[in-house]
Amino acid sequence: MKTVNELQTKILVDNLNFYYGNFHALKNVSLEIYKNHVTALIGPSGCGKSTFLRTLNRMNDLIEGVRVEGSIKIDDRDIYVKDVDVVDLRKQIGMVFQRPNPFPKSIYDNIAYGPRIHGTKKRADLDQIVEESLRASALWDEVRDRLHESAMGLSGGQQQRLCIARALAVKPEILLMDEPASALDPIATGRIEELIDILRENYTIVIVTHSMQQAARVSDYTAFFLMGEIIEFDETGVIFERPADQRTEDYITGRFG
Amino acid sequence: MENGIPVNFAHDQGGGSIVARRSFDEELKELKEDMLKMGSYVEEAIFKAVRALAEQDIKLAEEVNQNDERIDEYEVKIEEKCIRLIALQQPVAKDLRTIGMITKIITDLERIGDNACNISRIAQKIGTEPLVKPLIDIPRMADLACLMVHQSLNSFVDQNVELARETAKKDEEVDLLNDQIFRELLTFMMADPSTINQSTYLLFVGRYLERIADHATNVCERVIYMATGKRESF
Repeated sequence: MKTVNELQTKILVDNLNFYYGNFHALKNVSLEIYKNHVTALIGPSGCGKSTFLRTLNRMNDLIEGVRVEGSIKIDDRDIYVKDVDVVDLRKQIGMVFQRPNPFPKSIYDNIAYGPRIHGTKKRADLDQIVEESLRASALWDEVRDRLHESAMGLSGGQQQRLCIARALAVKPEILLMDEPASALDPIATGRIEELIDILRENYTIVIVTHSMQQAARVSDYTAFFLMGEIIEFDETGVIFERPADQRTEDYITGRFG
Repeated sequence: MENGIPVNFAHDQGGGSIVARRSFDEELKELKEDMLKMGSYVEEAIFKAVRALAEQDIKLAEEVNQNDERIDEYEVKIEEKCIRLIALQQPVAKDLRTIGMITKIITDLERIGDNACNISRIAQKIGTEPLVKPLIDIPRMADLACLMVHQSLNSFVDQNVELARETAKKDEEVDLLNDQIFRELLTFMMADPSTINQSTYLLFVGRYLERIADHATNVCERVIYMATGKRESF
């Protein structure tokens, strides 16, 4: 673990408040997410952790009646000011969801999809991006001979790694993962966790997980959310060995409520 | 619940269901009770070993040696339960600290038991030959060491950090008594070399009691870590 002095802040969330209509979903959330580290968000259902994750790439903009107050800065740039190009923002921030959601296209086209939209047309360039992305997501060796077969024929774990590869194809700096392994068996889950461990070298990762063990295994920092607030944020080892707040203790030891 | 996963399923992936937690709490309680039972055997062993020495009761000394097996068995049994709980329940935070510290405390208790045995063996070796002097400081030291063991275990039960600190500090008194015993026996040996044999044995007894107090101090430190998550050493 690096010392605090060596940490570089990638995302700075300052006094964020978020409303779905009248519902106050996030309350005065302030958090620093460190570059090239994995930050896990844990908390009971409905605590706001997924909402928080989606504020980071402005996915919530798609929902009607939401209101955001406070600021989120990525590399010192506020992402909620008017002139931000949301498409560019989401290119910078990849997202992986709970269930693998490959497009009903070939493996190759799944990955080439994003780069094509962003203007990469040359076949050789696309070939290279596809290979790099699949290598980075540890899927290349398994699919190199069938790149033009349908992605729907892959196993669940492979599909999820394909989705990670697809997210990596547009060269993001940040990866948001919303329970990326919750629909996978233990072996596929292990692969994803291993992959997260490798990806942290080049990406800043924020992961929402319901599995406390997963948070403990993969993350460097953990934030505990409860009813829209961050109750505690610290190094993952500290959170799971000696949390400071009784509510954190109750939640992680399963004595909640 | 987001994405259509039933709430119970989602929670199961986390800390385990509430029902499972209840049985975990039961097992943890049982574990603590086993440890205290082991502690009471250990206290009994110190008490009997020193009485066997002071009263030259060979039979009692023999009993201490035999009972040591029971203490060793408890250590293994508790250790196995700890390992199983870790494997099946993946405890975290205070639960984890408690189980981790129990595995350490039982080692301290087992060593204390061994030291009591060492004392009873010396009682057997001295046998019924007249003592070079009436034992005064050794029983005092034994009382103090015994009290430390007892209080360290009480501080465990009540999670009483203050009591743990207070108990650990008694270790200095035990050390002072040991020094005093050393000086006294040294004088004896210089005055009359025929006492060297027995005096050396008694020096060992002082040493064993001092070790017992050290282990009790360890228990206190572990209790503090278990209760607060912070380290203090004495």
